[in-house]
Amino acid sequence: MKTKVILAASVLALFSSPAMLVTAYGDPAEAELSIDGEKIAVTAAAPEGHPFDTLYSGWLYREPETRALEEDSFENPGMFGVEQGAELWSVVEGSAGKSCESCHANPEEDMKGVGASYPKWDADSKRPINIELQIDKCREENMGAEPYKFDAPQQKALTAFIKHQSLGMPVKLDLSEGEMQKWWDQGKEMYYTRTGQLNLSCSNCHEDHSGNMIRADHLSQGQVNGFPTYRLKQSALVSVHNRFRGCIRDTRAEFPKAFSDDLMALETYVTWRGSGLSVETPAVRQ
Amino acid sequence: MVKEVHPMEMNRRSVLGIVGAATTVAAIGLPVGIANATPEDAMAKVREFAGGKEPQTGGKLTLNTPEIAENGNSVPVGVSVDSAMEGDDMVEEIMILADGNPNPDVVTFKFTELSGEAVAETRMRLAKTQDVVAVAKMANGDVHMAKAPVKVTIGGCGG
Amino acid sequence: MASKPRVKLPKSASAGEVITVKTLISHEMESGQRKDKNGEVIPRQIINKFTVTFNEKPVFEADIEPAISSNPYFEFSVKVPESGTFHFKWEDDDGSVYETEEAIEVA
Repeated sequence: MKTKVILAASVLALFSSPAMLVTAYGDPAEAELSIDGEKIAVTAAAPEGHPFDTLYSGWLYREPETRALEEDSFENPGMFGVEQGAELWSVVEGSAGKSCESCHANPEEDMKGVGASYPKWDADSKRPINIELQIDKCREENMGAEPYKFDAPQQKALTAFIKHQSLGMPVKLDLSEGEMQKWWDQGKEMYYTRTGQLNLSCSNCHEDHSGNMIRADHLSQGQVNGFPTYRLKQSALVSVHNRFRGCIRDTRAEFPKAFSDDLMALETYVTWRGSGLSVETPAVRQ
Repeated sequence: MVKEVHPMEMNRRSVLGIVGAATTVAAIGLPVGIANATPEDAMAKVREFAGGKEPQTGGKLTLNTPEIAENGNSVPVGVSVDSAMEGDDMVEEIMILADGNPNPDVVTFKFTELSGEAVAETRMRLAKTQDVVAVAKMANGDVHMAKAPVKVTIGGCGG
Repeated sequence: MASKPRVKLPKSASAGEVITVKTLISHEMESGQRKDKNGEVIPRQIINKFTVTFNEKPVFEADIEPAISSNPYFEFSVKVPESGTFHFKWEDDDGSVYETEEAIEVA
């Protein structure tokens, strides 16, 4: 019981005393990253209208041991997911007797750049869709297969495989398509809205205090350029909507459903906040 | 430019809510109901491994661990012994222990003359901040030991 | 449990050269110390032994406990006397054995 009290007390102390958050220990590291000879932009000049001048990949906020794990694609356990995705590519499923390969014969070429440009406007559903939803769309419309359940291992593996084909390419969204700008606006609204029992918005941690410590942890800018990410905590690939929900849950709020309008708007806006950073999938984080 | 987080308005209800939430995090995040080992348990294992020899701590065995582990689920650990790897100066085994885990055993490496060098690396789980202990047994029965503290940090919001 | 070993070592070496070998295998390493949503202990299932031979002679071995991380990683060195084949074997608590081989050329 004693430890519980201390833990609760430290949580209280943290959020009731802003001074505790303000230390210099959490600054991003000065380091360069290349993976398999591919140069990864872990910093980038922020796009116009961005609250920051310089964007920093979450990689720079990690300890050297965690950074090393991402740097070596042999040691990176997230690569098991990428390999599984490569195998799933040619697995026939559904009533049409097709696999991903039936339409996209050379994924290494055909998928290059795809992972860097989503969420993208989908005229059919009149909303932005991410890679996970694009996979489901292909499965339902072209393969006659069921969409994946949220966070099914196959969904994470295929998403990681597709995004990995854009490794090193800069994140770049096209906000001029359809109503992307409207969804971006809605995502921005969410980003700055306080929520939950702890009354925190995304920006309270990842904008106001990125580079500071939160307890023993570094607060990053909350960039999403490495998702699905291999997280040491789960020892598995973690999808971006899983992470959004985790963050919102930690404010002690009810969290939206994966792929809901709320989270698609948030993904659109947060992805834009990382414009110019390289795709790092599968990144490795704590 | 650092903006201030507004101090929360605290009342009894919100305090209880947070205590409850923090307790839940503790309950889900950690192995439940399993007692951790003590440094004495680990030393008993070392004595058993040493077979009556006094472990030497002169630096022949090097233990590499990070000072701070960002997550206890995956902590790199490396061991190496400065040795000729033949005759009496041959490393037969290196055992790694974590003296604050539910069970102190981590791994035992066995080397041969084909090893060339007595070096090995792996990744281990640490349940909390604790000492990692490595013990090497030589062909002539000598035992060398090294110890390193590793601080295991807990994520900012437990999420 | 889907398991797929990865091994990395040089394709060639000179006689007597000491090389570094890296191995990684996909495995949950269920420790037997966790509980599921219903409060039931999830039974232990780990890889408990890793064995390496070269031309059928023992090279390196690891006796593994639940404190080894998911997706076990091992790095070690080998003094390569001649051309030949490495054999790598991982043994699972459930009796499964995962194996792979890798050849090396000694000039």
